[in-house]
Amino acid sequence: MEASSYVINVKDLVKKFGDFTANDRLTFHVKRGEIFGFLGANGAGKTTAIKILCGLSVPTSGFVEVSGYNVKTQSEKVKSSIGYMSQKFSLYDDLTVFENIRLFGTIYGLSSGEIKERSADMLSRLGIEEQRNRLIGTLSLGWKQKLAFSVAVLHRPKIVFLDEPTSGVDPITRRQFWELIYQAADEGITVFVTTHYMDEAEYCNRVTIMVDGRISALDTPSGLKSQMKCDSMNDVFLKLTRPN
Amino acid sequence: MKQLWSFIRKESRHILRDKRTLAVLFVMPLAQILIFGYVISTEIKDARIGVLDNAGDYSSRQVIDRLVSSGYFMVQDYYSNSRQMENALRRGDIQMAVVFSPDFGSDMERPDGTSVQFIADASDANTARMLVNYAEGIVAGYELQSTEVLNQQNTPLIVEARMFYNPSLRGVLMSVPGIMAMILILVSAMMTSISITREKEYGSMEVLLISPLQPWQIILGKVAPYVILSLVNAITILAVGIFVFHVPMSGSYLLLTFVSLLYILLSLSLGIFISTVAPNQMVAMFISLFALMLPTILLSGFIYPIENMPVWLQWFSYIMPPRYYISALKDVMFKGAGLLVVWKEVLVMTGFLVAFLLLSIRNFKVRLE
Repeated sequence: MEASSYVINVKDLVKKFGDFTANDRLTFHVKRGEIFGFLGANGAGKTTAIKILCGLSVPTSGFVEVSGYNVKTQSEKVKSSIGYMSQKFSLYDDLTVFENIRLFGTIYGLSSGEIKERSADMLSRLGIEEQRNRLIGTLSLGWKQKLAFSVAVLHRPKIVFLDEPTSGVDPITRRQFWELIYQAADEGITVFVTTHYMDEAEYCNRVTIMVDGRISALDTPSGLKSQMKCDSMNDVFLKLTRPN
Repeated sequence: MKQLWSFIRKESRHILRDKRTLAVLFVMPLAQILIFGYVISTEIKDARIGVLDNAGDYSSRQVIDRLVSSGYFMVQDYYSNSRQMENALRRGDIQMAVVFSPDFGSDMERPDGTSVQFIADASDANTARMLVNYAEGIVAGYELQSTEVLNQQNTPLIVEARMFYNPSLRGVLMSVPGIMAMILILVSAMMTSISITREKEYGSMEVLLISPLQPWQIILGKVAPYVILSLVNAITILAVGIFVFHVPMSGSYLLLTFVSLLYILLSLSLGIFISTVAPNQMVAMFISLFALMLPTILLSGFIYPIENMPVWLQWFSYIMPPRYYISALKDVMFKGAGLLVVWKEVLVMTGFLVAFLLLSIRNFKVRLE
């Protein structure tokens, strides 16, 4: 394994809260430009793992390296090399589209010239130039999510972490959202996405399925289906999480 | 630095675009001081009294004149018998009755003296006690003067009471520092704790913590606009107090600003501390209201004198930060005291500030593990 081709290296990651083990000896590697799906039922330990990868939480033991930096000792460098978007928060409702873009652009160290240029490019790609000065709160949830994703990759991070980005939006918007993800991956951004929609799992290059804090499967969607002799990812998931 | 500045601008926009909260923030202090200044006054002015003058002589009329000319009393009615008087008292037409004995004037020259009776409506005990005290004082003054003329050679011991710093015992003087303390702690602590927990609740705090922003930048960015807001509030209250209610300001404005700024920072650190404890906006608001506002009103000496509290409550009032601010404010404003007088208060407030900040940092770290 050449270290350079992997942007995320996790080895024997353990996270304990008292007696409870949220992450039990996780080991996986994510390649540059890959769309890496992180699946699991609620409480399987997905959020804990993503928090550790983003430097928000410290692992109990094990080795975690993100974009070449150790999350334990170089968390500041990790932070400026990644983007993050969660289902819960998508931009501030009482700020306009451009104010949100400018805020997060500045936080990630972009100059005002870069922000102007990239935001114009981004809004025209999304086809909403004329909404530039509209308050986010007046947009539909689908648009908010698409904008939030675009803002999360505005500073061209090495990796973008998406925590259930599409929950609550309709299938058409979800489809459009995934087109944005593919665009980002084409530009060389690695995408680490958690989801509980099994059709979305099919869009990923590789998929991890977590059960009770452990990784119980890791392969391409087609590899998993043939291994488990299933027709869809949904069946794979059910077989792994409910063996009986 | 650019990051911090853009974050402060974002926070100011949140505040400025929330028109309703903004209105409350600016109207509340004004309303408070006007209410306390005009409506709730503990001083006596034009209290309604009734007179049952059984003597009807020169001396009794002199006493009544003195009561009325003091400005505290106003004669509502004269009665010819005690039944009328009692009825008026019962109906609440008068707050106090003054009864003279039949030989009031002539008895004054006798060695065992004469007597005048005050009957007050004690269903409002505080007011009744105050009315009687005031009236007694006025009568004593009259008595002194008239006996002085009679026998100047054996002047008795004369007790002369003067109220320093607030000579007319105006209640509004008392309430300006109290309102300052209450409004500033409410605006600073409640608003910041709510605005920080809002980010937690909406999930944006996570996004900010994952970003290259440092935690101290996030907190400073959230708190900075409220420092300005609190200062504006402090200036409003002071201006209304000084220009509308003529509250004296005998100390230095510099010291006043310094003490107020220290108190604002203390309140902000308390707000930050609350936000590390409260899981959501609702809890933050309740903690602020019940843990800050009620104790500020009840235990800091704002309305009820600390000396009159049971000892265990007095001890409790020692841990009320507003207590020290109110005390420092009174010293500076009314007595013109300098830093040499209020250094103890300044020290205690600094102590609170440091303690809340340390507690917040500790809690913050525990939460991140």
